[in-house]
Amino acid sequence: MFFFKLVFKNVFRAKLRSSLTIIGLIIAIVAFGLLQTVVDAWFAGSNAASASRLVTRNAISLVFPMPIYYRERMRAVSGVKSVTLLNWFGGIYKEPRNFFPQFAIDHENFFDLYPEFVIPPDQLIAFKRDRQGAAVGRKLANEFGWKIGDTIPIRGTIFSGTWTFTLRAIFDAKDDTTITRQMYFHWDYVNEWLKQKNPRRMEQIGTFVIEVDDPSRTADISKAIDAEFKNSLAETLTESEKSFQLGFISQMEQIILTIRIVSFVVIFIIMAVVANTMAMTARERLTEYATLKALGFGPGFVASLIFGEALMLSLIGGGLGILLTFPLAKGVGVIAAAVFAVFKVSQSTVLLQLACALVVGVTAAIVPGWRSARVKIVDGLRHVG
Amino acid sequence: MTETANSLVEIRNLTKGYTRGGQKVPVLDNITLNIARGDFIALMGPSGSGKSTLLNLIAGIDKPDSGVLKIDGEDITVLSEGQLADWRAANIGFIFQFYNLMPVLTAFENVELPLLLTNLSKSDRRGRVEMTLSLVGLSDRMEHYPNELSGGQQQRVAIARAIVTDPTILVCDEPTGDLDKQSASDVLTMLKQLNVEMGKTIIMVTHDAHAAEAAKHIVHLEKGELIDESLTT
Repeated sequence: MFFFKLVFKNVFRAKLRSSLTIIGLIIAIVAFGLLQTVVDAWFAGSNAASASRLVTRNAISLVFPMPIYYRERMRAVSGVKSVTLLNWFGGIYKEPRNFFPQFAIDHENFFDLYPEFVIPPDQLIAFKRDRQGAAVGRKLANEFGWKIGDTIPIRGTIFSGTWTFTLRAIFDAKDDTTITRQMYFHWDYVNEWLKQKNPRRMEQIGTFVIEVDDPSRTADISKAIDAEFKNSLAETLTESEKSFQLGFISQMEQIILTIRIVSFVVIFIIMAVVANTMAMTARERLTEYATLKALGFGPGFVASLIFGEALMLSLIGGGLGILLTFPLAKGVGVIAAAVFAVFKVSQSTVLLQLACALVVGVTAAIVPGWRSARVKIVDGLRHVG
Repeated sequence: MTETANSLVEIRNLTKGYTRGGQKVPVLDNITLNIARGDFIALMGPSGSGKSTLLNLIAGIDKPDSGVLKIDGEDITVLSEGQLADWRAANIGFIFQFYNLMPVLTAFENVELPLLLTNLSKSDRRGRVEMTLSLVGLSDRMEHYPNELSGGQQQRVAIARAIVTDPTILVCDEPTGDLDKQSASDVLTMLKQLNVEMGKTIIMVTHDAHAAEAAKHIVHLEKGELIDESLTT
């Protein structure tokens, strides 16, 4: 008890220095947390991917479509439970900065394959019945203030012209890893347009989403599907939904690696700052440590005073930094909503922040703690701080 | 003072030197001295004479190069650092020139500090600290921090800290060196009382001849050698 009292009093002895060190720690821990959250946000899609879903695309590139009739042959592959359609639309709502993903889907069964989207039954029926109907996620609806029945005009970039949709359904996320900042509408509606405007592209789809009956067999089923279309006009590449998502992220690998490195550099810098603070502190208090040793306190007690002080500084700064990360991440999430559909501080990020604070505290105290513990009493008593 | 049989401190052929710039500089040269239990010794001499070094050796915060140094019959030169720390906690009370109080602790907490190394309960510690602070006339200053006390009061807190564990020897390094005349006189009176009334053995380093007169014996050192031992009035 006395030890903690002494450590606590020592922490706030040089108020300005301790406050500045704590502020530095807060900034470092917040920066670390936000950067880690950015990395997490990149992986949000792949983390939320289902193990029982496969994605099939054209083997040459995602840009090239596949014939819609592939679906029937896919259904016949052993282990395939159901198949649905998913086609990137790439439209603009009012202004390019309002970006959000839009997909043309098979309205009949798409939501059956995505149980993570919670959609009211009456709204689902309304969505299925209306050819121009749209279903949007809760986050997107909230962002633009859309209500059921609203008309949503989308200017096509791949499929030219202005498309008008009626909002029929708003779906929620089953859990907080599910993205709800996207829009779905009928592929039939788009296909009808293609028949009139671009017949060469009609009856073709960008990706098939396949549900398998046994997630442990996804590799075999993927091979079987791709073998089905070997040497065809549009050969396929089937992979797990997670791999498909990670394929997008791999293009950003260098950026993600850089962000990770920067986040740890920030921690390294604050470690040097805290180490400097502790070195100054220990040097100033050398006479006190020598006095304690003269009174009979051992070198371990002196070292633990310094370790205790460094740890308390780090935990105060780290704790405040962690607390501050949440509202700041919320703010960043709103600002960067168009880039990151899910921007949430994860439990692992909080644990990493806490671990970093502890490591900073312990590391910063090693040298001053060791030196102070070893100081000769006569030298310490002679020392002028 | 020179009788070995009744000696609390027995020093024989004690030598100590420091290495400065690669050269060995002798500080104490073949010192032989005995200090009786209940004595009050003033170590005097010019700067560099080795008086503080001798005090440090007796207090067990430094080690001699050679010679015999026994306190109450125990050869402290053979003790390890850890054993010496325990020995100091039990046997030595320190009074420094600049008080060396912990600035973040109150007078009460400063005096309680050495008792944390004992097995006393919290209430026992409290009782003993209160009694000791009242002994040095600071009952009404227990919750004050050092920077809220005068130099004389701080030194009295330091004296209370030194005697709270009831040590065998009090070592005082220039205890009046930082005090005004009145405060110095008060501190010396207190040390004399501790010596006479409580039987404490006191070894005090001082430059001040007036302060040395408070002692029973004065030992003069010069260039690391003991040159004179004399009785005060």
